Amino acid sequence: MTSSTNIMLLDTKSNLKHRFAERGIDRVLLLIIPALTMMLIFFVYPSIYGIFLSFNPLNHSGFLGNYRSFFHDSYMRRTIFNTFRIALPVSIINISAALPVAVYVRKYVKRTRPINTLLVIPMSLGTVLIAEGLYAYLNPSGWLNQTLLDLGIISQPLRLLQNFWGVIISLVISGFPFAFLLMLSYASSINPSLELAASTLGANSRQVFRLITFPLLAPGLAITFCLNFVLAFSVFPSAELLGNPSGDSHVLAIAAADAVTQKFDYSMASTISIISAFFELFVIASVFLLRSKLYSGSTAGTKG
Amino acid sequence: MISTQVKSDETSGGGKLNLTLKRWFIWGGITFFFINLLGVIGTVVISSFGQEWFSGWLPHGWTTSFYKMAWQNYQVYGLLRVTLEIALTVVLISIALGAPAAYALARRKFPGKKFVMLCFLLPIMLPPITYGIPLATFIYKLHLGGKILGVIVVNLVPAIPFVILVLTPFIEQIDPKIEAAARMCGAKTHQIFLKILMPLIVPGLLAAGLLVLVQTVALFELTYLVSGPGSTTLVVALYYAVFASGIRPYQAISAMAVFYMLTTLFILILALRYVNPTQMVTQANTNRNTDNH
Repeated sequence: MTSSTNIMLLDTKSNLKHRFAERGIDRVLLLIIPALTMMLIFFVYPSIYGIFLSFNPLNHSGFLGNYRSFFHDSYMRRTIFNTFRIALPVSIINISAALPVAVYVRKYVKRTRPINTLLVIPMSLGTVLIAEGLYAYLNPSGWLNQTLLDLGIISQPLRLLQNFWGVIISLVISGFPFAFLLMLSYASSINPSLELAASTLGANSRQVFRLITFPLLAPGLAITFCLNFVLAFSVFPSAELLGNPSGDSHVLAIAAADAVTQKFDYSMASTISIISAFFELFVIASVFLLRSKLYSGSTAGTKG
Repeated sequence: MISTQVKSDETSGGGKLNLTLKRWFIWGGITFFFINLLGVIGTVVISSFGQEWFSGWLPHGWTTSFYKMAWQNYQVYGLLRVTLEIALTVVLISIALGAPAAYALARRKFPGKKFVMLCFLLPIMLPPITYGIPLATFIYKLHLGGKILGVIVVNLVPAIPFVILVLTPFIEQIDPKIEAAARMCGAKTHQIFLKILMPLIVPGLLAAGLLVLVQTVALFELTYLVSGPGSTTLVVALYYAVFASGIRPYQAISAMAVFYMLTTLFILILALRYVNPTQMVTQANTNRNTDNH
């Protein structure tokens, strides 16, 4: 009796194991658990916690108190505009410079490694160091102004620090290499024979670009734009060090960081991060919506 | 293949002129970018060796005393040690946790995989400051704020997904039949792991580890939010130094920046022996990594 139930149990057990394995659930999945647990504890939980925190203001002004005080305060409300005023032009400059260069390099440059290697340098140095260097380089007596003055291009030094321009320049220096490398990897995945086929059919190089290369690159362009936008949206060392952090470069990221490091108001800081995440995701969602209207599929052009 | 394309552009005279113009434009643009970059880096290096530099092309005199000052008075040595301690620990833990997960994600399709992938992708897609603030709040609540352990934990949040995203496509390339064959020949799981998988995965682990090292040394936002005295990394200290410039001589800050630059460049050169420069960005190119299977 006992032995037969044992066999039956064993049978259903192995059967179940089999059935799970068919759906991809077996012991191998246990390997995900440590990493996933880390992410759940230190990413998912704090994010949810942050949302709750933002609805519990320090000054007990009610459920939406923090959001109300953020939007009622014109100085705070302006951070949204300031952030967009920096992030949008920067992302547009970066991708519109990266697109032609990437298309050109992919087509005519055989050894891309030296260029790529050089471009990785500003990326890995990070925004703090770039800001430190630009601080001296863009100075009225720095090398840039010195050169322009000596060449007679300008008659008095350009004012590029403590304003909008310093921030833009620093974000282009760190963002362009990123945009270029990403675009190059997208461009390289397009099968050149597609363009070749178009030229065989009589398209000139402009038509090939407009009708073949660009549509195939568009999804990559959308992602590159988004990632660049996200980078520019949230970087605050350059806004703090090169811009005018209490004026027109008082961006969302600075407001959020100040709320933590100066006012110790974690609730307000979480509110600002959530507002910034909201606007960021809004832009990304609209870019992807636009992208979904364009061709998306294989760029390899071999089958299907 | 490339030469035929060039030919098709050159068939008309106008196209050729256009191409020359384009070449000038693009190479001019690239050169302009690099000249400015060189100017930025050069200014830092030169000012760190200069005595006084208020105007003119070069400082009035040369000295190395600011390096001594930075090393001794600003504890660059200590900062460097803390930075490397944190970065290396992050590399080891993120690989120990990320590599097994990458293996499972590369080999299995299972219900809920999309959710799991989302957990790993979001920290890379979202800017550090947005999730960094709630995370920092949580870290302070755990009484880890200002401690080295807290900085390590915070840095693991982008590092683990990074390792997974680099390794998953790498492991996908390894044919599962090799493992099956080893099992058929009677190899135990640990033998398959040590003798078959390990040698094949090592290059990927090395690449992922070095990329995480570069990233962690340069990561500013998250460390800035949770570090305190004794757990500050070199970038964060550099930020504070520039932020409060005026207290310290500018040359000493530059010397500090040069120490930071040398550290980063050393790791970068090491990394570029094993990884392609494009790999440093394509981890962000998440679409391709996830859509493929």
